[in-house]
Amino acid sequence: MARITIDPFTRIEGHLRIEVEVEGGKVKDAWTSGTLFRGFEIILKGRDPRDAWQLTQRICGVCPTSHAHTSSISLDDAFKVKPPDNGRILRNIIEGCQFVHSHILWFYHLAALDYVDVVSALKAQPKEASLKQVQAKLKAFVESGQLGPFANAYWGHPAYKLPPDINLLAVAHYLEALDMQAKASHLSALFGGRMPMTMTSPPGGTTHVPSVDDMANYLFRLKELQNWIDNVYIPDVLAVAPFYLDYAGIGKGPSNFLSWGVFEDASFDPKKRLLPSGVIFAKDFPKLHDAKAEDVTEHTTRGWYKNAKPLNPSVGVTDPEYTGYDTNKKYTWAKAPRYNDKPMETGALARMLVAYLSGQPTAKKLIDNTLAAIGHAGKPQVLFGVVGRIAARALECKMVADNMYKWGLDVIENIKKGKADVFTPYEIPDKAKGAGLWEAPRGALAHWVDIDGKKIKNYQVITPTAWNVGPRDDNGVRGPIEEALIGTPVANPDKPLEILRVAHSFDPCLACTVHVIHPESNRIMEFKVS
Amino acid sequence: MADKEDVSRQFLEAFEFRGIKRRDFLKFCGATAALLGLSELHIPQIAAAIEKASGRQPVVWLNFASDSGCTESLIKATYPNAAEIVLDVLSVDYNETIMAAAGKQTEEIREKSRKAGGYILIVEGGLPTKKGHGMIAGKEMIDVLKEMSGPAVAVIAVGSCATFGGVPSAKPNPSQIVGVTEALKRSGVNKPVINLDLCPVNVEYLVAVVVNYLMLGKLPDLDSFGRPLMFYGQTIHENCERRAHFDAGRFVEKFGSNEEALGYCLYKMGCKGPMTYSACPKVMYNDRISWCVKAGGPCIGCAEQGWPDKFAGFNDRLPDVKMAGMQATADKIGAVAAAATAVGIAAHAIGSAASGRTKEEKEGGKK
Repeated sequence: MARITIDPFTRIEGHLRIEVEVEGGKVKDAWTSGTLFRGFEIILKGRDPRDAWQLTQRICGVCPTSHAHTSSISLDDAFKVKPPDNGRILRNIIEGCQFVHSHILWFYHLAALDYVDVVSALKAQPKEASLKQVQAKLKAFVESGQLGPFANAYWGHPAYKLPPDINLLAVAHYLEALDMQAKASHLSALFGGRMPMTMTSPPGGTTHVPSVDDMANYLFRLKELQNWIDNVYIPDVLAVAPFYLDYAGIGKGPSNFLSWGVFEDASFDPKKRLLPSGVIFAKDFPKLHDAKAEDVTEHTTRGWYKNAKPLNPSVGVTDPEYTGYDTNKKYTWAKAPRYNDKPMETGALARMLVAYLSGQPTAKKLIDNTLAAIGHAGKPQVLFGVVGRIAARALECKMVADNMYKWGLDVIENIKKGKADVFTPYEIPDKAKGAGLWEAPRGALAHWVDIDGKKIKNYQVITPTAWNVGPRDDNGVRGPIEEALIGTPVANPDKPLEILRVAHSFDPCLACTVHVIHPESNRIMEFKVS
Repeated sequence: MADKEDVSRQFLEAFEFRGIKRRDFLKFCGATAALLGLSELHIPQIAAAIEKASGRQPVVWLNFASDSGCTESLIKATYPNAAEIVLDVLSVDYNETIMAAAGKQTEEIREKSRKAGGYILIVEGGLPTKKGHGMIAGKEMIDVLKEMSGPAVAVIAVGSCATFGGVPSAKPNPSQIVGVTEALKRSGVNKPVINLDLCPVNVEYLVAVVVNYLMLGKLPDLDSFGRPLMFYGQTIHENCERRAHFDAGRFVEKFGSNEEALGYCLYKMGCKGPMTYSACPKVMYNDRISWCVKAGGPCIGCAEQGWPDKFAGFNDRLPDVKMAGMQATADKIGAVAAAATAVGIAAHAIGSAASGRTKEEKEGGKK
């Protein structure tokens, strides 16, 4: 039996350590560890609640917009305000830019190098001039001996299956995608001022009144991204997938899924959002359950915290306490959130499955077509695992970008009707509570705020990666990534490429994960979903 | 102009910027020269310096207690863009967010770089000083910084976490996070640090500092906070596109209002531009599409030491008292303008007393 440690675990956001035990060429056990602690919830206490949406964006530089929106939704709830229609739509647009940016970045720059052998691309025999150019450039780059970010990787590993021509195409698109993810961010800056760290989504709506000129600028820029998604991103996924279909059964995890829902509907009903809220359990699939905040608990016995009981945290004090890395005891700064005591996968796959089971027409069509194309019509459960996560992100990226175009037209329509308002004023109540249940590109994100004396008394955050990368719970049940790793083949323990594939498929974001839940964390139970 | 064109052509040929159009290239040259505070006459020198350089400059980018927003900023660069920075201009040998290698192989690269030395060390994120609160490969982050800073030719701290600790170091600073300068001091390493404060770093500042080093072989002049004067020499207020409205007493009183659309001043919405030294209004963000104030978002002061606590209450109007305090610590270069600003702010505060909002402002001022 061999133990493999991957630390630092790269091509993710933040600081992750993964340790696995391999027996007979397969992973037998696994531990995921968040190795940085910052403590945002402690920092927020006593502050002006209106600062929360700015400060909590700094939880994550990859999905700051989602934190801003989730925070502002929790404050909308506490202040009892709703954004005017254009404020609602502009928040959706700014969020949409981030989803598009994040999914492109994930596929091409964080995940692709697990499947694309950059060195093999040198053996390709391209006919097209632009590909020849990329190959010549790559050759010169490799010959320079300065491999930069491509140095010392697992090139030549037997698990790389793509032929040289497709590897070359993917390298060319890796470079093109660097431009595209930047363009998606520039698009958010058009309404958000800058990206990362959007400046325009306070509670009550947005700060910026778009001009018709802004809207035209937006639509033309977006069109370029839509074309690229349709003509490059989706075809690339389709081109690569057939070579990795053996990964369809790998990396399944607990196969319970949670989505709080994202992209607000005019009704403000989370079940009517473009990607609706809902919960799926492996045990009664394809039944869809309502997602309820009161069903969430957090377990702490395997994280570096003074122990608190999971179901009744009011009796304990939850304090950070580093006691050294020990996989038999405590081994991470992450906590283990559970829904009805079950570990839940969150992310694009969870959202697309919930949307599919809700009968959301676009999601249904995209997924049905995909299932038919891979010969599994009517069987969405074949998507549970690594390949399903890759596909779900690509399909969601297209679905969001296409809807962003419609939202742009909606904003213009509202302006025409004289409904250009984007902001609803409010008074800060002396005492109030609010919940924001939303989604970041990586999955279910929730903020809870408790205001007393016009100041933050308590603030709590449960992030997507906390769900995915959390450790074992108090019952010894593994977290989703830990569980997904079980059974993964490892051809060469010195080059654990397959482990990278499984963990990357969750798009982990560690900065998001680690935070502190205060002793009053049982307050989660008292909040109502807005 | 003929000289400039000629040298630019050589420059272009020497570097074969990927697919970059000539027009775009000239835009880049001009922008770089402007950022560096150089006249166009310097462009031939710049090109000559580049031609002499052999190989790409190695860069080691370490990420500590951050949210990777500055890495995100880096890959939003446009002229040069991320692909050009990574493939043509620099050799980004270590950056955990983008590198292909993982685990053991990553550590091997870091060790190889450390032994070879000669790299520019770019640091993102602050350093937790509480044991076990920030670890990479089983080592304390502050020890990784110490190891890697010695052989570096220059240390650049990017973003407010790396400069002075940033948001994670806000009260009560749960992991006792410090910035790079302080961490090096505590580790007994004597190395000057260039601080590119802002949350996140503006990638144009970073590119300009690196290009400055590559082309001229020197680091830029710094203010008392270690920030390059070329970017931190003037307040946001001084260069703000909404400034004329401030001077005319035209203010936004509500987010998303008609006044916002007309470009009125955001001072009454809590804008910290008068106290914040940064070239944001000139350089903007994201290919210069927009920046905070342009998009109707008041400046929150993220370029300043002590942020965010110093500016907590982002929506509270700056009282004139703070303006007076600022003059004592501001660098000379902005002092004259700042003094004029303080007078202006005070006058406006008096003027606004009639608007019925004075009480609220005073409460804000107590912070």
